[in-house]
Amino acid sequence: MTVLDLLGAAEEVHDRAPVVELRGVTRQFPGDPPVHALHPTDLTVRAGEYLSVVGPSGSGKSTLLHLLGLLDSPTDGEYLLDGRPTSGAGERERAALRATRIGFVFQAFHLLPHRTVLENVLLATVYSGVPRAERRERAVAALERVGLAHRLDFLPTVLSGGERQRTAVARAVVARPAVLLADEPTGNLDSASSESVLALFDELHAEGLTLLVITHDDEVSARAQRRVRIADGRLQEIA
Amino acid sequence: MTAVTDRVAPGDRYGVRDLLAEAAAGVGARPGRLLLTILGTVLGIASVVVTVGLAQTAAVQINQQFDAVAATQAVASAATSPGRDGQERALARLPWDAAERAERIAGVEAAALVSEVDLAGADVSAVPVHDPSAPRTSAPPVLAAGPHALEALQGRLQQGRWFDAGHDARGDRVAVLGADAARRLGVQRVDRQPSVFVGDRAYQVVGIVDDVARRTDLLGAVILPTGTARADLGLAAADELHLHVAIGSGPVVGEQLPLALDPNEPDTFTVGVPPTTSRVRDSVQADVSTIFLALGGVALLVGGVGIANVTLLSVLERVGEIGLRRALGATRRQIAAQFVVESVVIGLLGGLVGAALGVAVVVVVSAAQSWTPILELGMVGLAVLAGGGIGLLAGLYPALKAASVEPIAALRGGV
Ligand SMILES: Nc1ncnc2c1ncn2[C@@H]1O[C@H](COP(=O)(O)OP(=O)(O)O)[C@@H](O)[C@H]1O
Ligand SMILES: [Mg+2]
Repeated sequence: MTVLDLLGAAEEVHDRAPVVELRGVTRQFPGDPPVHALHPTDLTVRAGEYLSVVGPSGSGKSTLLHLLGLLDSPTDGEYLLDGRPTSGAGERERAALRATRIGFVFQAFHLLPHRTVLENVLLATVYSGVPRAERRERAVAALERVGLAHRLDFLPTVLSGGERQRTAVARAVVARPAVLLADEPTGNLDSASSESVLALFDELHAEGLTLLVITHDDEVSARAQRRVRIADGRLQEIA
Repeated sequence: MTAVTDRVAPGDRYGVRDLLAEAAAGVGARPGRLLLTILGTVLGIASVVVTVGLAQTAAVQINQQFDAVAATQAVASAATSPGRDGQERALARLPWDAAERAERIAGVEAAALVSEVDLAGADVSAVPVHDPSAPRTSAPPVLAAGPHALEALQGRLQQGRWFDAGHDARGDRVAVLGADAARRLGVQRVDRQPSVFVGDRAYQVVGIVDDVARRTDLLGAVILPTGTARADLGLAAADELHLHVAIGSGPVVGEQLPLALDPNEPDTFTVGVPPTTSRVRDSVQADVSTIFLALGGVALLVGGVGIANVTLLSVLERVGEIGLRRALGATRRQIAAQFVVESVVIGLLGGLVGAALGVAVVVVVSAAQSWTPILELGMVGLAVLAGGGIGLLAGLYPALKAASVEPIAALRGGV
């Protein structure tokens, strides 16, 4: 988002710096026969883009997201994050990149049930090195941003699905990542809750956040500015 | 690429504060289970504290009851054999310097002769003139004793002092009264320099003794220095040599004392030395302590396994949380540290509760036995730390398990 401010709103998308860049990235799972979860893939997501990857179950969406999120490593090819290759990074470096450059939103929310909404968001600031004095302020601001200022001290267990997912979004953006990766963010939500989360994504996109949303749902995918279809581990841009 | 980590100020990185906060939250999340988890450690630590505490308490009681008197008192006298007239006849005489000879033996802390003095009808009173109209009461007996008798018999003075070697050597007319004798003679204060009369000789009272560990007949007697009794009252032979010896020195003293008294005829003396510091009782006690400590050790082991078990269970249950933390940027090391610290905190809690319980039991048992509870504070602190140590050991394997959780697999499930 800060990138946007620097470059100016008038600039064309394709001139902006790539945040995520896959060059022939492949993921095979060993087995008999080996599973080609992702065939050699090229993909570039530039700063401020809102990209959706849509495909049926088992098509390789989660595999792609895990690679982009540095939770998994490609068997072949190179993945550049912020223009820098990640293949040489060690475990600590990858953890640091996850903490500072990537925000995750999962289908199952993954909120700690015994921690309040605010504490769940604070958790992301702990590992990402947000200055200690700013942590609380930033977490509260992130929760205000997703419309949950009135739920700070609630336990996630008493929230609606939509509120839980918006808490997860606040946690994902509190450390100001370069890209937000969402895996089936509306998969566990009813249509009203889905709509609230998707509206939030629209707003974050409008504010300049780079989003990559993975879904099997065409309607969800249609909200994105740019769409990619995935089938049997192969990506195809939707015009 | 290292730039990513270097950008963050050290104080803002995930540090000890964050680690402790996360661990505390993890431990506090399930209070009910926490109680069950620490139960084994609590029992183990408590039983060790109780064992050591009661052993310490009992040791002090035994010292008070036996050691101070039985294990440190010895007595020597001339051997006797039945004579022709059927009376026991002494085979030898204790030398007048028997006390000095005895005190040269290692382990002998004080020695003194004690003898009964035959008054041959002489009266003992607090007034010089015999008043025939006064009701006749039985006179207190007169004893002769050495200058170190107070130490040798572990006595305590109520007032004044014991006579010294100078009094003894010069045959000074001084006396120490037993508390009962003083009462009978109407002597209350020695600072007024009262006298008692044996026959028609006046003896200045220098002290009143009101407690002795042996020869309690001293309390009812007029005690003169041995030298004085020899000079004035014709004391012919000393009866007994009393010794105060160091704990455990009984056998050595028993061997050397007869030789010191008469190198040529050591057999003419009988020496009663303390039984060899009751080795039997000590070893029985040691066995009991060992058994209890072993039981405590087993309980601690069970406690440790309990913590390890529950921590492992909690790792399995919290796989989703671990995956999430990894996704949020936690390293394997940070995950491992969190579970180790959680386990240490659980162990410390167990140690704390166990030590408190143990102290309570020691106090209650001691109160029931009317003993003085003795428990070193350092040992209680050590018990708490031991709980933490058990937690540390118990947490290592679960922590390794937690660190090896693959985030992708972990995130497939829920939190
Ligand atoms: N760890 C793995 N080992 C073997 N095969 C896997 C593994 N993870 C995923 N796959 C396979 O890779 C393919 C893509 O899976 P995934 O990316 O989870 O699909 P999606 O998220 O689109 O439903 C599937 O055929 C799946 O069975
Ligand atoms: Mg999937």
